[in-house]
Amino acid sequence: MAKKRDYSLVGESTRTAIETGLASAEWYHTDVARKTMKELMQRSDGPAIRDTIIWIAAILGSAAGIVWFWGSWWIVPFLFVYGVLYGSSSDSRWHECGHGTAFRTRWMNDVVYHIASFMLMRNPVQWRWSHARHHTDTIIVGRDAEIAVMRPPDLIKAALAFTGILDFRYSLPTLVRQAFGTLSDDEKSYIPEMEQHKAVTAARWHMVVYVAMIAIAIALRSWIPLVLIGLPRLYGTWHMVTTGLLQHIGLADNVTDHRLNTRTVYMNPISRFIYWNMNYHVEHHMFPMVPYHALPKLHELIKHDLPVPNPSMWHAYREVWPVLLRQLKYEDFYLKRELPPTAKPYRGEFHDLDITAAAAE
Amino acid sequence: MADWVEACAVDDVDEEDVIRFDHGGRTFAIYRSPEDAFFATDGFCTHEKAHLADGLVMDDIIECPKHNGRFNYKTGEAKGAPVCVNLKTYPVKVEAGKVMIDIG
Repeated sequence: MAKKRDYSLVGESTRTAIETGLASAEWYHTDVARKTMKELMQRSDGPAIRDTIIWIAAILGSAAGIVWFWGSWWIVPFLFVYGVLYGSSSDSRWHECGHGTAFRTRWMNDVVYHIASFMLMRNPVQWRWSHARHHTDTIIVGRDAEIAVMRPPDLIKAALAFTGILDFRYSLPTLVRQAFGTLSDDEKSYIPEMEQHKAVTAARWHMVVYVAMIAIAIALRSWIPLVLIGLPRLYGTWHMVTTGLLQHIGLADNVTDHRLNTRTVYMNPISRFIYWNMNYHVEHHMFPMVPYHALPKLHELIKHDLPVPNPSMWHAYREVWPVLLRQLKYEDFYLKRELPPTAKPYRGEFHDLDITAAAAE
Repeated sequence: MADWVEACAVDDVDEEDVIRFDHGGRTFAIYRSPEDAFFATDGFCTHEKAHLADGLVMDDIIECPKHNGRFNYKTGEAKGAPVCVNLKTYPVKVEAGKVMIDIG
């Protein structure tokens, strides 16, 4: 019988990951000449300023539509657009600006990072550190704080994620708890002690704005303030989940090669704008210094060494679904990504998990 | 006590770039600034063990390739999360086209 995974960040899997060298390990990287990589890593304010102007204009425009058409069915398309911009595209802005790669100018990254963190109900301090851990120990059980679908998968939970209900139910109470000065043991495991007070302060600022919005809604006797601030985290989060779940779902865990545990998926241009090219996710994990606008170029450069990308989101979900069903019974089962003949092989000594044994149980 | 060692030739480092230098079981990073001055620091990020020589030099800043942690490579100052501990710097001089660092 396979051993159950312990996803706590201070439990037995954590100890095992550290003892076996899976924690903070050396990861595989495709060879890229320094000169080329230096060009790819170059920062520029231009693309992110352009995209941010479009983003803010679309947010303000759709918000105006919500206010204007309040009480009529004409509000629906505006809610749709505003919700996705607020509840989904904020995730990619949070992510890219957290890496500091969106803009060349530091303060621009910081401003957009804090605005996007607020939109997502994410503590900007806590999540900066959790994401650093996610990059150090991607899908290492007991270490990675951002494993979206654990094994065996909870399919009801995964389905509910598309509605934003679970995230909302987690994010808001978490901010309240942090605002009262309490960090969980898991949070303390990846936020350095000297930074923990900043996480509490950030949570308090977020709560101040939410309380103010509730007060304004009561004073105006209107739902509009809450439909614009806070609730889009519920009704607009589906695109973030649709794209984000595909990053690692159904793939290997406890390996040190992003080609095995991360997925690149070709997407339509609108989703790529909302997602800021994070569909090139293997490339991003291998080289997090490369800005979002250079990821297509990086992809072309290294795709000979990567598994063939899924041609669409639909294709990726169709591929994942049977794997999730299998994991309900055999949680060691996973989808092994095949490499093209031009790629360097996986390092077998680290990655040869015995899935045939799991399947035969 | 000073212990000057030859790290590289001047031309080994491009302007606004960094290279790795290993010596005596230690790893250093050698920088050439946009003003054509040379600097040296420890070779690993103070946050996690990543080679800074794989990172990006922008003006006075070296950005770690692993988590994008930033340091001022001239002073070693950590510029914010996820790096909190300053980087050790070393005196540098250029003699006869060679970059020398004092690792003493």
